[in-house]
Amino acid sequence: MSKKTNKVIEVDAVVVKFAGDSGDGMQLSGSQFSDTSAFAGNDLATFPDYPSEIRAPQGTVAGVSGFQLHIGHKEVDTPGDLADVLVALNPAALKANMKWVKSGATIIIDIDNFDNKYYKKAGFIEDPLGDGTLDGYNVVKAPISQLSKATVKDLGVDAKSAERTKNQFALGILYWLFNKDLKFGEEFIENKFGDKKPLLSEANKRVLRAGYNYAETVEALRTTYQINPIKNRSGRFRNITGNVATAWGLVAAAERANMELFLGSYPITPASEILQELSKMKKFGVKTFQAEDEIAGINSAIGASFAGDFAVTTTSGPGLALKSEAVGLAVITELPLVIVDVQRGGPATGLPTKPEQSDLMQALYGRNGESPCVVIAASTPANCFHYAFMSGKISLEHMTPVILLTDGYLANGSELWNIPQIKDLPEVKPPFIADNSEYLPYKRNEKTLARYWALPGQEGMRHRIGGLEKEDETGIVSHNPLNHERMSYLREGKVQNVVNFIPDLKVSGEDSGELLVVGWGGTYGALISAVKDMQEKGKSVSLAQFNYIKPLPKNTAEVFSRFKKIVVCEINLGQFANYLRICHPEFNYLQYNKIQGLPFMISELKDKFNEILED
Amino acid sequence: MAEEIKTEQLQNTKADFKSDQVVKWCAGCGDFAILSAIQSALVESNVKKEDVVFVSGIGCSSRFPYYMNTYGFHGLHGRGAVIASGIKVANPKLDVWHITGDGDSMAIGGNHFIHLVRRNIDMNVILFNNKIYGLTKGQYSPTTPKGSITKTSPEGTIENPFKPGELAMGAQGTFFARVVDTEPKRMKEVFLEATKHRGTSVVEVLQNCVIFNNRIHSEITGKDVRDDHQIHLKHGKPMIFGKEKDKGLILKGSRFEVVKIGENGISEEDILVHDAHNPDDTTHYMLVRMTLPEYPVATGVIRSCECTNTYEAELEFQVKRAMEKSDMNSLQELIEEKSFVVEKSTKN
Repeated sequence: MSKKTNKVIEVDAVVVKFAGDSGDGMQLSGSQFSDTSAFAGNDLATFPDYPSEIRAPQGTVAGVSGFQLHIGHKEVDTPGDLADVLVALNPAALKANMKWVKSGATIIIDIDNFDNKYYKKAGFIEDPLGDGTLDGYNVVKAPISQLSKATVKDLGVDAKSAERTKNQFALGILYWLFNKDLKFGEEFIENKFGDKKPLLSEANKRVLRAGYNYAETVEALRTTYQINPIKNRSGRFRNITGNVATAWGLVAAAERANMELFLGSYPITPASEILQELSKMKKFGVKTFQAEDEIAGINSAIGASFAGDFAVTTTSGPGLALKSEAVGLAVITELPLVIVDVQRGGPATGLPTKPEQSDLMQALYGRNGESPCVVIAASTPANCFHYAFMSGKISLEHMTPVILLTDGYLANGSELWNIPQIKDLPEVKPPFIADNSEYLPYKRNEKTLARYWALPGQEGMRHRIGGLEKEDETGIVSHNPLNHERMSYLREGKVQNVVNFIPDLKVSGEDSGELLVVGWGGTYGALISAVKDMQEKGKSVSLAQFNYIKPLPKNTAEVFSRFKKIVVCEINLGQFANYLRICHPEFNYLQYNKIQGLPFMISELKDKFNEILED
Repeated sequence: MAEEIKTEQLQNTKADFKSDQVVKWCAGCGDFAILSAIQSALVESNVKKEDVVFVSGIGCSSRFPYYMNTYGFHGLHGRGAVIASGIKVANPKLDVWHITGDGDSMAIGGNHFIHLVRRNIDMNVILFNNKIYGLTKGQYSPTTPKGSITKTSPEGTIENPFKPGELAMGAQGTFFARVVDTEPKRMKEVFLEATKHRGTSVVEVLQNCVIFNNRIHSEITGKDVRDDHQIHLKHGKPMIFGKEKDKGLILKGSRFEVVKIGENGISEEDILVHDAHNPDDTTHYMLVRMTLPEYPVATGVIRSCECTNTYEAELEFQVKRAMEKSDMNSLQELIEEKSFVVEKSTKN
């Protein structure tokens, strides 16, 4: 075969979407291409989009698993609104993703799966390849299944495994299309299959190369794209998901506190990866306790905290609901505890695999009694590390439960992380107390209002705590009316006092102006992208993204007062906007809400902001 | 060195374990005797006061930790078992006691009870079984006999009761004992046995609620009937009972049968010998299920088997092995895996 001549175009950023049946290896392909792009120095953000069924009926739209990847020479803050390149391994994948591709996008399809049987399953009435559906797109019809099988024919792999290599063929095409080094892809495969499955490793590597060679010769792909390494950035980086970053941030907090980490948890989508990741960390003294239910998860953690471990429980919205009584127990016993809630669509079972920000009110208020907790929200996959660390630090130093909110979008999404030096992270100093001190369990440190922490086993410090109201200082059970009021104010005051230990709210853009966009948590990427785009066009728009929810940063009102209009954007019906109305009722809050189990699109945000500016 | 510390006599007295709080149970409550027996057992078990932790859920019995001058945690309804599990796993050196009742551990905490037993975490579970809800004033519990009239069953309960021992056996329990609250010396002995056992030791105390279920156990505990209605089991001893020590258990087919020694050619040698240490729990299960009037109610240590390791010991082992085997010395090394260095790019 003769090599065709081709043109290389340098581009700033490109969005690629992989889509196929769940089971076609779309998540794996996505990760593989992400790692390769990361090694090549590109900035990136990813987002997997998969059904809650493990293997929904093959060939149906319900069973489509997707992985979106945004890679850039410039800074990339979201996985991208619409795709420049779509890989669709069957008609259902095409059907599900047609509305998420740019006009004129390159669509690579596995022509072997495009027949009447699969059209019907996907819900197409006519053959989409012949009815004009794809007019205006650059469609690459590749016999991916057939060529993949042919490539591994002489290797002696079984039929099922041979079929499963097709994702590598599609990937091979992308490596060629974006001028990526196959070496990284091959290393990824070797790591995946290891020495245990040399045959599968060889088969997948061959098919990857076959896809690459195919692309090199096929006429439909005359132009390739080069995404240069990101400029103005240096240091040590890696690709990381929010869940892994959360797990590592917690371990870092334990290390800086010189304590052992105890995780009591029950598997739940999309938080399970944190439990799984920490289960692998025994080498750092991490103890994981997979409890019989959510309630046992948090109560075992409370027990471990009483005994002197850095205690954590991880869950999603339905699990937090089950844990709520025990969160109150941690509040009244004033024990450190980090509760991670990886939010998903609700109520009840809701949308297990889709992101939402609808647990905010639950985190703030979802308990019996006056039950204040510190509430913190991470805002990018990588900064889950920082906020998990800070959750641990605040919890341990202030003797309070901290609820850390992330969401399915952050948890499964990934981006490049500028790796910190653990030894340079701040020290964590819990209010431990020496043996045989004069000890009153509810006597407080003046600066933090935290009570001191005596551990079972310590001499001369025996004491009892529990869920009944306690007398101030002595900790003796008390039903005294004025004592209860005093303790209620003390618990609230202790949490509010954390405001003196957190940074001020920062504004991205001008300090004052027409419109302040307000967000919290996982919407940061979309909001900052929209705001930056508008700022480049000279619009007077700034962004304030909140990570500290309770308490709110000290300068919140001051920041708000410098803008003519405020719009609060959330993936819910307006929970943060309502919370701000409680905390700072002097301002008028406009709202932009979306509740479709989907992240914000940059374009819809810009439309909304422009509309507000023109009003 | 460690051995020396172990054998040193600590000279604790019962008073050392009494807290300064007024005990607020009803006059005549069986809980007083249990409190006293546990304090006596602790003196004899020679444990450091600082290492003892009492954990409870909710209910009359669950006020227990406040009355002990040890570390204590009064938890949530039904959740004492998991709080105690967290404490023991976090610090396996502690001597952990979980105080619970039939509502706390058989109803709202039933799930935690079976999972605790299944995991075999080393602690003593003292289950105060008065077959009624006391603190909420007289509703039926999961151990209330079928047909009982209570505040929530004016026409009699229509539920079959649990026997805690059946659940313990069903969850592969390694230690189960039953005692009555009217026999302080036997209680203390059984609690001591429970502390010696490595694993979850469940002790069901048939406890009298003087207000809402008075005399519920009197058929078992009454002075005039107890010798004939209880069989107090001891490992290695024949299963003999009765005022005259003339009755015993034999196996007929797959069932126990009560026989009289000296009648129908039965001699003491024919009576079954109690083997509490047998890993096979079939006989223990049968003993736990015995009910009046066909059988005496089994008390004493019914099962005590060192047949599996404890959860916290296995976890400690895995952590230690992982630390030894790992070629990774720090979290820094882990987070830098698969990382790469980006030099400042000059391309625009």
